Amino acid sequence: MNSGAENCRPRGPADFCLTCLLTSGAMLLAIGASFAWLDIDFGALFSHEAAAGMGGFVTSFFPPDAGPDFLKKILVGSLQTFAVAAVGTLLAALLGLVAALPAAGRMGVAARPLARFGLNVLRSVPELVWATLMVLAAGLGPFAGTLALALHTTGVLGRLFAEAMENAPATAEASLREAGAGSAVAFVYGMLPLVWPQVIAYSLYRLEMNIRMAAVLGFVGAGGLGQMLYFHLSLFQQAQAATVLIAMLLLVLAVDAVSHLLRGRLAG
Amino acid sequence: MSFVTHQLGLVHGNGLRALHGLDLSLARGERVAVIGPSGAGKTSLIRLLGCALRPSSGRVELLGCNPWQLSAAELRRLRARIGTIHQAPPIPPRLRVITAILAGRLGTWPAWKGLASLLYPADIAGAQQVLARLDLADRLFDRCDRLSGGQLQRVGIARVLYQQPELILADEPVSALDPTLADAAIGQIVADAERRGAGVLASLHAVDLALKWFPRVIGLRGGEVAFDLPAARVDTAMLRELYAGEGSVVPTQGNDPDLLLGLADAELAPTDARVVHLDSCRGRG
Amino acid sequence: MTVAPPLALGDAGLGRDPAARRRLGNALLAVVLLWPLLQLAEFRPAALFEAGNLAVMKGFLAGFMPPARSPEFLGMLLKATLETLAIATAGITLALLLAAPLAVTATRALSVSAIGPGPGRRRGLAMRGACRALLTMLRAIPEIIWALMFVRVLGLGPAAGVLALAITYGGMLGKVYAEILESTDTRPARALLQSGSGRFAALAYGLIPNAAQELTSYTVYRWECAVRASVIMGFVGAGGLGQLMDQSMKMLNGGEASSILLVFLLLVLLADAISAGLRKALA
Repeated sequence: MNSGAENCRPRGPADFCLTCLLTSGAMLLAIGASFAWLDIDFGALFSHEAAAGMGGFVTSFFPPDAGPDFLKKILVGSLQTFAVAAVGTLLAALLGLVAALPAAGRMGVAARPLARFGLNVLRSVPELVWATLMVLAAGLGPFAGTLALALHTTGVLGRLFAEAMENAPATAEASLREAGAGSAVAFVYGMLPLVWPQVIAYSLYRLEMNIRMAAVLGFVGAGGLGQMLYFHLSLFQQAQAATVLIAMLLLVLAVDAVSHLLRGRLAG
Repeated sequence: MSFVTHQLGLVHGNGLRALHGLDLSLARGERVAVIGPSGAGKTSLIRLLGCALRPSSGRVELLGCNPWQLSAAELRRLRARIGTIHQAPPIPPRLRVITAILAGRLGTWPAWKGLASLLYPADIAGAQQVLARLDLADRLFDRCDRLSGGQLQRVGIARVLYQQPELILADEPVSALDPTLADAAIGQIVADAERRGAGVLASLHAVDLALKWFPRVIGLRGGEVAFDLPAARVDTAMLRELYAGEGSVVPTQGNDPDLLLGLADAELAPTDARVVHLDSCRGRG
Repeated sequence: MTVAPPLALGDAGLGRDPAARRRLGNALLAVVLLWPLLQLAEFRPAALFEAGNLAVMKGFLAGFMPPARSPEFLGMLLKATLETLAIATAGITLALLLAAPLAVTATRALSVSAIGPGPGRRRGLAMRGACRALLTMLRAIPEIIWALMFVRVLGLGPAAGVLALAITYGGMLGKVYAEILESTDTRPARALLQSGSGRFAALAYGLIPNAAQELTSYTVYRWECAVRASVIMGFVGAGGLGQLMDQSMKMLNGGEASSILLVFLLLVLLADAISAGLRKALA
């Protein structure tokens, strides 16, 4: 029996696929079990009462608070959120670049898996968890948020930078070493210019994501718009919360646009 | 001596024997061209002499030192005295020409100077002067990815001229240049070496260039020395045998018969083509 | 060797670096921008080494070892883990129910009116536009903000998390489903529509056979993300592992925090593996 010919036969709809059937069954079972476990009373959720409550909650957001004093606070909060994201990303880019050196295998065979493991740990812990830890380490306030973003983003960027370095041609740097240049100088002249466009592009991309994250980190006390949102929602001041939400959206859109612009210009 | 090799051999990681039993030497200030068919081991020889590869057997002595017995710092200092011109200039495309040239002296500059030079070029005049010799002075502040292949190759040459090494190794340094420019570029390398008393070993694809500019020619074939003679004593039969595997085609670079100074021999005068078919030329004159 | 002094001015032949002025300007601009940013972010690394903060952190980290493993706590941990998985699964299911009709409506290849001039052409266009706008709005606000607001209305617990996931992920799934349906070979569906069959017949026989694998693969991938998201939403009170971690951290219980962190990392790995396995099994 030629198994190769067997494999070449097109799989028609008539083919009975036991694995697919079992998998689908297991998935349905898992979905059923999930709803059973959570035991959410969807009847009550979508009842007339709940709908009215929800409707009241939604309408309480309007009109958003547009008082000049509050807008001033919003402006400071937005700038703070942006600052947390920008400084956190900048810090992460620098740390990531440093961490990428061992992770790209440039500091010995033993250092590579070690550095990769470290970066993986940094990356696996979500920003919000880092933020709760950093609030303990640095006290409440935007600095904790900055550190949290920097830690998580270092893990992400370090790995990306290391991969960029491993994939870049090594000849330029090697030729400088062959002409007697020291390792630091050879790296800066021979490798950095090759990976620079990627470094910029990845960092800007992470900045866009970190703006969104920085807005959220305030929930655990790391300053910025998030802290304002949390604060006003806790006090049931939905009008103020609505203004904060609008500011978040505008901030995200603005940074996306600027980052798009910069990426086109810097990486070219 | 610029270098001395004794029974030098190189076996690549895949078991391929690149070089075998080379006994070569080059006096200070001497110039030698290495010619031979592709795969003859020219690039391997240059990489061995540039301390980029470690020999598998035999010894190599460079500028009076045995590079593989030196400490790391001493090896660095030795490497700074040797300049290699690569066939494909290993220059990151985003670098500016001035930066690429100044990089030649990174081996002698302290690290802080190398880093500071990225912020403001440390020696504009020096780079400009070297570049002018290669007819590229107006491109000093351009980015390397705006240059043509030939211009980039000349920047690679300029870097090594700026390095001012005591031994210049050149691996097909003018392969991307048209005949006139190639001739001028080799001329500049030779003039620079003569002025400073530096040794030159250049592998060349074009036999006519080798014969014109180098008083001594080494023929390399199958990783072994086929001949090692003054240019005047290299004759057609030798060349034909050297390139036997390539259909006895002796590669030259131009259609200017005067380029073949070493071979007055009419048999070798090139036709219009870039290569000379020895057999088809037979009987002329 | 002679080195020209930096900033050698004038000499007609030498010149100076034409890029220097721009670089200096950029550097100054960077400093001018960075300074207020650092101020706003209250960037003061010294805070990390203040005695009070150091003591708190030291006590907390010292508690990390050994991780808490009393049977009572492990029972809670197991419950929270299952709850997290259930939130992710239920959330994705609801998101799917929300996304599928919107995606089908938004897909141009399934529009009868888009085939050629005929009645309802403009209405069809408007419907598709409205669906796309709705999908964009759904995913514009991160799930954790939805969760924060739902907790206000529905109280602490998994319901807020499930609804938040359903909304944001519904938006994401809908958008990507529509893109997948548009990017596959749409000719079979068009042929079916032209020969008079309905929208759902065209979907089932024209598009789904080609796109099924990509659609399931993306859904499973989103489930994997949802597991992570449901942990994070716990921090604002939406149940599961995150809520437990938030409580342990607020009580500075390092042992519990490290146990939960370990379980979280394992859960992420597990979700990775399940998702990879599912995609392979359904391929």
